[in-house]
Amino acid sequence: MKHTLAVLVENRPGVLTRIAGLFARRGYNIDSLAVGRTDNPLISRMTIVVDGDDRVIEQVSKQLYKLIDVIKLTDITNDEYVDREMILIKVNADPAIRGEIMQIVEIFRARIVDIGRNSLIIEATGDEGKINAIESALRPFGIREVVRTGKIAMSRGPKHKNGKSQELL
Amino acid sequence: MSSAVLEELQVRSRDDVNKAIKEEHLTGAQILLKALEKEGVEVIFGYPGGANIPIYDELYRTKNITHILTRHEQGAVHAADGYARATGKPGVCLATSGPGATNLVTGIANAYMDSIPLVAITGQVALGLLGRDSFQEADITGITTPITKYSYLVKDVRDLARIVHEAFHLATTGRPGPVLIDLPKDITVQKAEFKYPPELDLPGYKPRTMINAAQIGKAAQAILEAKRPVIFAGGGVINAGASKELLALATLTGAPVTYSLMGKGAFPDAHPQCLGMVGMHGTAYANYAVWESDLLIGLGVRFDDRVTGKLSTFASQAKVIHIDIDPAELGKNVVAHVPIAGDVKEALSELLKVLKAKGCNLDLASWRQKIDNWKREYPLRYEKSGNVIKPQYVIEQINEVTKGEAYIVTEVGQHQMWAAQYYQSSKPRTFFTSGGLGTMGFGLPAAMGVQMAHPEAVVFNIAGDGSIQMNSQEFATIVHNKLPINVAILNNHYLGMVRQWQELFFGKRYSHTDMTGQPDFVKLAEAYGAVGLRVEKPEDVRPALEEAAASPRAYILDFVVDESENVFPMVPAGASLNEMLGR
Ligand SMILES: Cc1ncc(C[n+]2csc(CCOP(=O)(O)OP(=O)(O)O)c2C)c(N)n1
Repeated sequence: MKHTLAVLVENRPGVLTRIAGLFARRGYNIDSLAVGRTDNPLISRMTIVVDGDDRVIEQVSKQLYKLIDVIKLTDITNDEYVDREMILIKVNADPAIRGEIMQIVEIFRARIVDIGRNSLIIEATGDEGKINAIESALRPFGIREVVRTGKIAMSRGPKHKNGKSQELL
Repeated sequence: MSSAVLEELQVRSRDDVNKAIKEEHLTGAQILLKALEKEGVEVIFGYPGGANIPIYDELYRTKNITHILTRHEQGAVHAADGYARATGKPGVCLATSGPGATNLVTGIANAYMDSIPLVAITGQVALGLLGRDSFQEADITGITTPITKYSYLVKDVRDLARIVHEAFHLATTGRPGPVLIDLPKDITVQKAEFKYPPELDLPGYKPRTMINAAQIGKAAQAILEAKRPVIFAGGGVINAGASKELLALATLTGAPVTYSLMGKGAFPDAHPQCLGMVGMHGTAYANYAVWESDLLIGLGVRFDDRVTGKLSTFASQAKVIHIDIDPAELGKNVVAHVPIAGDVKEALSELLKVLKAKGCNLDLASWRQKIDNWKREYPLRYEKSGNVIKPQYVIEQINEVTKGEAYIVTEVGQHQMWAAQYYQSSKPRTFFTSGGLGTMGFGLPAAMGVQMAHPEAVVFNIAGDGSIQMNSQEFATIVHNKLPINVAILNNHYLGMVRQWQELFFGKRYSHTDMTGQPDFVKLAEAYGAVGLRVEKPEDVRPALEEAAASPRAYILDFVVDESENVFPMVPAGASLNEMLGR
């Protein structure tokens, strides 16, 4: 099962390498990893999506928590949370069929952010399902390039609810 | 004021200012050494090179820190590791950039696997040369990330004191381990004010865990209900200094005690409840006891595969209590029914309190009976021989000659397992071996660290003829520093442990384990200025050991032993603990 982990880390050199390296050498599967700084420039937040059973996720969490740079780790999988991913798609778009593409863009409430001679770049945000859907809706036109951010997520309400904060046992 | 007076005043104040600057603003190298002194470092094992010359220049001036020049950086890191194991204080080693740094890698990994506090300091090319594949540049922080608790690349001299302070804190607290500080050459000559930060700011590092009282209660309950309990002690008991508490638990419950290789010394071998080592080359009675136990109390252990054998059948009737300082160890390999995160010493004290309050009064008579029967039926044994030296006999004799009070270091192989089986340890921090990584070449340099920590002690490195050649250059360091280390080579002319596997599992196809072409170890000893003795007859074993133990000189004893002897019992890799060969 896929788990979503919210990880606060110190912005120290090598922190991303340490985290990615941990996944690689212990044989855990990262589905996606998105990272950016928080309101505190000394702290970054990572949203890591990991695939594995409960035992694997428990080990992943404990091993991550062991890293000196990891300040806090929360498995928000069972929380109520908002998650988003962003995609940029460059799609073939001869002037003749642009209208059709624009309709799709509208349906998904996406945006056209660049127009080339024979192509368009479309930007969309949403949960994974929506992003997958817009990608497949545009596929028939011929996709030239796709870039996705991976998932970022945040618990609803003042605090995460069921999320088991990995504050040791 | 006359102008002469004024001038004099100015001169004086200028001097004062200069002096003040000199006092407060130190070079990186000075800051490093001052910080090391503040951490109580007394000895550094190291090797110089271009990138760390400024540090060595400063060491030249320093009175309070002894530097031991090893003959190889791997020698330096293992020596620091041995020193740390012997004292419980962090070991410190120093190497130059590039090849100096990479030569530390095996030793750092070794310390990491065995949870040994170590601070490794490496020189690095100047900041401006970093990342350009400069001469003697290696990305040592990158290389060592998976085998250190933390690694630093110092980019600003003003961070240096803080980093050293943090490094020692990280290495020694929580689950101990190696920390690396990579120090670019220009940082060692730049100046900064020396400020030693009293407070540490590591928001992501909270190694102290409160012992969970409810879990202690559950553990106590499980113990009170147990019919066939076994206590299993690991290196964590030694690291935590919890031997006294372990003995108290054993005494209170009457439960038998077994240990991992790293746990040897945590519980006296001579104690009637001691079962010796468990696992691949553990005693048959320890393996059977764990196999049939209904409660396994794991203390500071990590349930390594050399201990458990086939995981799915390991202690399968037992409830498991697992106490460890590292929460990530709980449930990593073996499911713990009662996991307790915390310092073993603290947790055991709590547990003992609760058990005493509840009136611990277990009836283990039939369990003890069963174990005694196993002990009688399947003792550790080997065939004695009148004319050829049996390796086990040499270990027994070392034990007798030193009355079990020697500091024993080992290399890796059959001799290591025989040492673990036949040497009777009575105290923690007296038996030193590479448990997790299994590093041939560990013993000799580690023995230097142990002897530096205990100059008066009798130190024996029990070695194989293969292993001893992996860091034999350190004989020079040993003799030069007048360290009276005794090396007992159990010379079977083979990479014996590999040969044993080839014999048992590869149809006796002895591919490249025959060590024909050995040096003459007696002459080797003499070449280095040590005493060398070749011993070929059983009756000569004891006098040779007595001579070496009594002498203030370094000895190499080349015991020519039975080539075909194997280590038994043996649980084949991946088999269950009750499937022992040769018990
Ligand atoms: C650095 C290193 N290389 C290879 C091995 C694999 N290995 C394990 S035991 C062993 C044989 C050791 O031979 P020796 O030191 O002569 O000891 P013996 O087993 O004969 O007592 C080898 C090669 C190892 N443990 N470490």
